[in-house]
Amino acid sequence: MSVATDDAPWLRRLLVMLALVFAVLIFLAPLAAVFTEALRRGIAPALEAIVEPDALSAMRLTLLVAAVAVPVNTLGGVAASWAIAKFDFPGKRLLVTLIELPFSVSPVISGLVYVLIFGAQGWFGPWLREHDVQIIFALPGLVLATTFVTFPFVARTLLPLMQEQGREEEEAAATLGAGGLQTFFRVTLPNVKWALLGGVLLCNARAMGEFGAVAVVSGHIRGATNTMPLHVEILYNEYMFVGAFAVASLLALLGLVTLAAKALLEYWTARPIGIEA
Amino acid sequence: MTAAATALRPARVGRATGRRALPGLGLSLGVTLAWLGLIVLIPLAALAIKPWQIGISGVVAVLLDARVLAAFRLSFGAALLAAIISLPLGLLFAWVITRYRFPGRRLLDALVDLPFALPTAVAGLAMTALLANNGWLGAPLAAAFGWQIAYRPVGVLIALVFVALPFMIRSVEPVLRDLALEGEEAAATLGATRMQTLWRVVLPALAPALITGFGLGFGRAVGEYGSVIFIAGNMPMATEIAPLLIVTKLEQYDDAAAAAIGLAMLVLAFLILLALNLLQRWVRRGRA
Amino acid sequence: MSVEIEAVTRDFGTAANPALRGVSMALRSGEFVALLGPSGSGKTTLLRILAGLDFPDAGRVLIGGRDVAQVPARDRNVGVVFQNYALFRHMTVFENVAFGLRVRPRAQRPANAEIDRRVRELLALVQIPELAPRYPEQISGGQRQRVALARALAIEPQLLLLDEPFGALDALVRKDVRRWVRGLHDRLGLTSLLVTHDQEEAMEMADRVAVMEQGRIVQFDPPHTLIDAPASAFVARFVGDANRLAASVHGGRLDIAGFGGFDAAGLPEGAAEIFVRPDDLRILPPRDGLAPGLVEWSRPAERGRWKMLVAVGEHRLEGYGERAFERGAACALEFQALTAFGARGERVSINGREAAPSLR
Repeated sequence: MSVATDDAPWLRRLLVMLALVFAVLIFLAPLAAVFTEALRRGIAPALEAIVEPDALSAMRLTLLVAAVAVPVNTLGGVAASWAIAKFDFPGKRLLVTLIELPFSVSPVISGLVYVLIFGAQGWFGPWLREHDVQIIFALPGLVLATTFVTFPFVARTLLPLMQEQGREEEEAAATLGAGGLQTFFRVTLPNVKWALLGGVLLCNARAMGEFGAVAVVSGHIRGATNTMPLHVEILYNEYMFVGAFAVASLLALLGLVTLAAKALLEYWTARPIGIEA
Repeated sequence: MTAAATALRPARVGRATGRRALPGLGLSLGVTLAWLGLIVLIPLAALAIKPWQIGISGVVAVLLDARVLAAFRLSFGAALLAAIISLPLGLLFAWVITRYRFPGRRLLDALVDLPFALPTAVAGLAMTALLANNGWLGAPLAAAFGWQIAYRPVGVLIALVFVALPFMIRSVEPVLRDLALEGEEAAATLGATRMQTLWRVVLPALAPALITGFGLGFGRAVGEYGSVIFIAGNMPMATEIAPLLIVTKLEQYDDAAAAAIGLAMLVLAFLILLALNLLQRWVRRGRA
Repeated sequence: MSVEIEAVTRDFGTAANPALRGVSMALRSGEFVALLGPSGSGKTTLLRILAGLDFPDAGRVLIGGRDVAQVPARDRNVGVVFQNYALFRHMTVFENVAFGLRVRPRAQRPANAEIDRRVRELLALVQIPELAPRYPEQISGGQRQRVALARALAIEPQLLLLDEPFGALDALVRKDVRRWVRGLHDRLGLTSLLVTHDQEEAMEMADRVAVMEQGRIVQFDPPHTLIDAPASAFVARFVGDANRLAASVHGGRLDIAGFGGFDAAGLPEGAAEIFVRPDDLRILPPRDGLAPGLVEWSRPAERGRWKMLVAVGEHRLEGYGERAFERGAACALEFQALTAFGARGERVSINGREAAPSLR
C-alpha cells in the first residue's frame, strides 16, 4: 500500500479497535449468549432438552421441510439460471426481478399469502375442508412458506457466475455433437458446482432456521407442526429458558457450520458467494 | 415453386420453431415459470386481491386504526433509523476489512456474515438475553445509566441494526476493494489532504453502494419478525411491529385485515425502495 | 466439402441494421477461404450460421449439398475453433479433445482404448502430446489454440470454421501458427473458413478472401485481385494500406484538392475517391512538373529505400524514396499508379505516369 493512501497509525489503530468492539457487541455477544444460556445449568439439562420427544419431532419436521423446499428451489434455481444465462428472450430482466422478489417480502407475509389461499377463509379453503385436505397448520403449509422464503437463494448464487461464464463452452459442446443433457451435465454443471453447493447450503440454512413464515402457517401444534425455531419460541414462552437456548444452540451451530462451509468454498474457488442474496 | 420461395421457406420454419444454438430453453423456462408462478406469483396475487373483500372503506378503516398506524410508525421508523445507523457502522467495518491488515481480520470478515446465517429467532432470543435488565449488557446499562433497552422501541432498533448492518458492509466492501488506489494517489499528488480525498474521491465512488446497502438493509429490517418479537415486548401502541399485527389479525381470523396490512407494508416499502433507486440513479448520473 | 450460402439474411431485431443482408457465397471443396471485415460487418454471424449456432431469417445454407436449415449444431459435424477457444476449463487437455468422441450416441461411440489412441494421435498432430494431463489455465495461449484445433478435429469434420483464432496470440507466435494451420488444412484435405479482421492474415492464408462490409460481401476474390482490382472504395481502404484522397469530377476532369487534375473518362460528375498505394508513390527531390510537398518524417525501409510521410496542404501521404529527407524538407511526389472510385462506385485505374504530369 502506498504512503499517500496510508492512514496515520493512530487512526488505523483507533478504527480497528472501534470495529472490533462493535463486532464483539453486535455479532459475538449474541452468539456467546446463546451457548452460555444453554449451558447455564451444566451440560446435562441442555442435552435433555435436545433429546426430549417434542424436540426430536421438531428436528425431524425441520429436516423434512428442508428436504422438500431445498430441492424444489434448487431445481427451479438451476432451470432459471440456465434459461437466463444461456438464452436471450424478452422479459429477462423482469424475470430476474420476480425471482428476487421473495427477498423483499416480510417472512410473515410469506406465510400470510398461503393462508389467504389455503386457509379456512382462503380461495380453496372450503374445497379443501370438503375433501379433508389440510394445508395450513400442517406440513404442506410449512413446506410452501419455507419454499417461498428460500426461493431466490440458489438462483442468486448461480446466475451471476453462469452469466459471467458465458455461452461459449456450451456452444463448443454443441458443435462437438453433445446434446442438451450431455452439455448440462458435462460442461455447465462442473463449471458451477461449487457455487451451486454454496447456494444449496445457504438455502438449507435459511430453510431450517426460518421462523416468521412458518410461525404464521404452523398453528403451533406441538409434536406435529412445530419446527425447531417454533419449538424454541414455545419453550421460551413457557419460561423453559435452558431448553429454549439448548435447541437454539443447535440452530446456531447450523448457522456457524454453514458460514464455515461458505468460507471454505470461497477460499477454494477464490470467488465470493453472495450470501446476502 | 419459385427459387425465392424455396429459399425463404426453411428460414421461416426455423424462426417459427424458435431454433436456437443450445437446446433446453423450453424446458428450463417452463420449469422456471411454473416454479415462480406457483410459489411466488399466485400467492402474491392473493395478497393483492384479498384486502378488497372488505371494500375500500374497510381497508382504509383497518389501516387508519391507531394501533396499526403506531405499528407502521415503529416498523418503518425503526427500519429507516437502523439503515441510517448502519451507514457509518458499515463503512467502518468495510474500510477496516478491506484496507487494513491486522490479526483477527479474517475472523472479523467471517463474523460479519453471522446475521445472515443465524436463524432469526435465535438472534432474537440472544439479544433479549443480552439486553434484558438482568442480561450481560442490559444489567450494567441499567445500573449505570438507568437505561432499559429490552421491551422498548430502542430494543427493536438494536435488533434491526443487527439485521441491516451486514447488508451495508457486504454492499460497500466489494466496491471499496475494487476502488483503485490510483484515484486516491492522484488526489494526493494534486495537493488534496487526506480528508479532502476521502470526501471528494472515495465517498462519491461509494455512494451508489451505500444506497444499495441502505435499501437492502431497510428492506430486510422493515419486514423482520423473528429477531424483533422477543426483544420488542409487543405492547400495542408502543412496541408492536407491523408484521406482528398481521399475525394477530390472522389469529382473530381476520384474513382481509391481515392482507390489507401486509399489502400496505409491501407497497410502502416498495415506494421507499423506488425512491432509493431514483436517488441512486441521480447519484450515478453521467457514470458508466 | 462444398458450402453454398444463398441470399442469407439475419436480423437481430433492429430492422435498420441487419447483421447479414442477403449474403451469397460458395466454398469449393478443399478451399481455404477468409472472411475479412471490420468488427460488426457480420462475418462472425455468418460463421455461427454455418456452425448451427445461429439461424438465418431467410436464405439457404447447403453444406456438402445438404440443406442444413433444420440441422442443429450437434448434428452438423462442423469443426469450430472459437475466438477465445472456449476450452472446457474443468477438463484436462486430453478430456477436452476426447469430448466430441465421448458424447457420441452409444452405438457410434469408440471404445475407451480407441478414444485414447485417437486423442494421442491428435495431440501429436498439433505437436503438444506432453500437455495431455494439463488443464487449460496451465498452458499458454498458443498451446490452447492447438488444443482447440485438436478438439475441433477430433470429430473428423470436413468443414473447419475458425473465428479470429489468432487474435489472442502475440505477433511472433501468430506468424508460425498461421503457416502451420494452413499446412494442416492442406494435409487433411479440409475445407476451411477463417474469420478475421486482419488483412495480412487473410491474404497470407486464404485461397480466396471475402471482404464484408455492413452485412454484405463486397468482394470475393483471390488475394492478388483484391490488391490489383479492389471492387469498391471500401475494399481499397481496407485491404493493403493506401493513401486516400478526396476528389471531385467536373466536366470529365478529375480534381484532387491541392493537386490539380487530369482527364478522367468513365467517372460520373460528383465526388470521387482516389487511392494511391505507398509503393506507387515515389518521393523525389523537388522537381518541376511534379506536385510539391514537405517531408514530415522518413525512416529506413526494406531494400535500401526510405519510407516517408509527406504533407501536401491538408493531405498526409505515405510513399517511398531512394534517400532520406530532413524533417520539413521540400520534395516532389510522383504518382505511378492510382485507383479512382466515382460517386456510384465506378472504378477507374489510372496509370500514374500519364496522370502525373498534371498532378501538381
